[in-house]
Amino acid sequence: MTTTAVHGGARNAVSDSLTMIGRSVRLGRRNADTLVMSIVLPLLMMSLFVYVFGGAIDTGTRYINYVVPGIILLCTGYGAASTAMSVAHDMTSGMIDRLRSLPIRSSAVLTGHVTASVARNLLSTTVVVGAAVAMGFRPNATITDWMQAAGLLLLYVLALSWLAAGLGVIAKSVESASTLSFLMLFLPYLSSAFVPTDTMPSFLRAVSDNQPITPVIETVRGLLTGTPTGGTGRIALAWCVGLLVCSFTSAAWLYRRRTRR
Amino acid sequence: MIVEVSGLHKAFGSTKVLDGVDLHVAEGTVTALLGPNGAGKTTTIRVLTTLLRPDLGSVRIAGYDVVREATRVRGVISLTGQYVALDDQQTGRENLVMIGRLMHLGRAAARRRAAGLLERFGLVDAMDRRVKTYSGGMRRRLDLAMGLVSQPRVIFLDEPTTGLDPASRTTMWDAVRDLVSSGTTIVLTTQYLEEADRLADRIVLINQGKVTASGTADALKSQVGGSRLDLRFTGAADLARAAALFGVPHGTDPLVLSVPSDGSAAHLHRVLDDLRLADVPVAEVSAHRPTLDDVFLSLTATGRTAIPA
Repeated sequence: MTTTAVHGGARNAVSDSLTMIGRSVRLGRRNADTLVMSIVLPLLMMSLFVYVFGGAIDTGTRYINYVVPGIILLCTGYGAASTAMSVAHDMTSGMIDRLRSLPIRSSAVLTGHVTASVARNLLSTTVVVGAAVAMGFRPNATITDWMQAAGLLLLYVLALSWLAAGLGVIAKSVESASTLSFLMLFLPYLSSAFVPTDTMPSFLRAVSDNQPITPVIETVRGLLTGTPTGGTGRIALAWCVGLLVCSFTSAAWLYRRRTRR
Repeated sequence: MIVEVSGLHKAFGSTKVLDGVDLHVAEGTVTALLGPNGAGKTTTIRVLTTLLRPDLGSVRIAGYDVVREATRVRGVISLTGQYVALDDQQTGRENLVMIGRLMHLGRAAARRRAAGLLERFGLVDAMDRRVKTYSGGMRRRLDLAMGLVSQPRVIFLDEPTTGLDPASRTTMWDAVRDLVSSGTTIVLTTQYLEEADRLADRIVLINQGKVTASGTADALKSQVGGSRLDLRFTGAADLARAAALFGVPHGTDPLVLSVPSDGSAAHLHRVLDDLRLADVPVAEVSAHRPTLDDVFLSLTATGRTAIPA
């Protein structure tokens, strides 16, 4: 009788995570819902905002140039909702017991989901930007601007993915994970994503201006199309880093608590 | 002893689930944990497989402590839970290779192991289909195969045949016997007495978080008493005379008298001869050997005082 498990070691931690990432990517790619949510939906939303609502919204620029960062963040929310649901699926099916009874790093399970989530978002963002250019989006950004925007978005996506993983861990079912993700889907509407905040009633405007999505959107928009950002870059960065630290630590803590009774 | 459990306690809030479980399993044997729903079988399995921390007591698997050396324990066991744990969107082969990789087999070794298991469980034709297209029996077989990727020394099966049709159940039983013949130790839970009777070397009865009896199926049966003959009469007077003849107590409804027996044909002859000589007509005779059901009922229905373990 051979015992095949090798214990501990950084190499195993990396290989466990890679295996789990491969799994999550494969599952995401094959799940029709996830694909629709992360690729088709953003494209539909963009067409809707550009062609249906956009003509009636006055942003002082061509609407498509205004709305692209908002669409990117909106689809990040959908991507995160999928992530929360697939984490919840693992947690509420027998899979988590099977995985936990293997000699692997427990962190590998969530790391797999989060990394796959980031990869999926990367893909959907690329699709959205590509489609936007085809629809008339004309950014005037330099390479450095693009890289800064991409870096900020990556940080935001990472933070949101860990937040989603945490929601997936505490959800009692896949359905409730989807309900918990509602906030992530709703917040973009209460921001400067689709309309400038200055037409909103003052209390809503206060909410919009002081939630994380508005500074991220303003910064990305500024970087890509050259609108004035008014120093939102730092605020956006602070939000993303803060959110990442909080959601990562709480997801890890919740996972340990949920699985170690 | 490859599994050594002593004084295991576990409570969820104020609900005591395990109240001092002791369990010893010899290597290469099948042990069945038998008990009604809520007896603590699954909780026991979850503690033994490192998924739950015990509140009190010591649990060692292959010499490793389940709390302090959980990773080592996980390296020698596998768990096949009550509910099938497979990724529906992966193929059968991908599921198996994934487990192989997580057990730190190399890529090639993981593929070889997967191929061998697919062959063994008759899943070669379906191996590149997604699991969501599998039938219930196929899913169970793949689920069991998932637990064998690592060639574990101890396999835990939590209700492995619940919800299976009779044919799939037989397949599962064959697979278990196969594993034992290659030296693997198996601990399974079941609600089916027949399953415990047919598969297990040792049966451990669990009720209300305690082990109420344990031993081989035969030993347990002999604990509830030997065989008996049931004699049915057509009238109460006949019943009373027969009762006096054999010196056993009787009721009147139904008109049945139970006579202790050693189960031999000679004893049956003697009883019938005695009745004929005394001119007591008997309508029907049936012989009864105790079943595990009798054991189970006597140990679970009347609390746990019936049989000294």
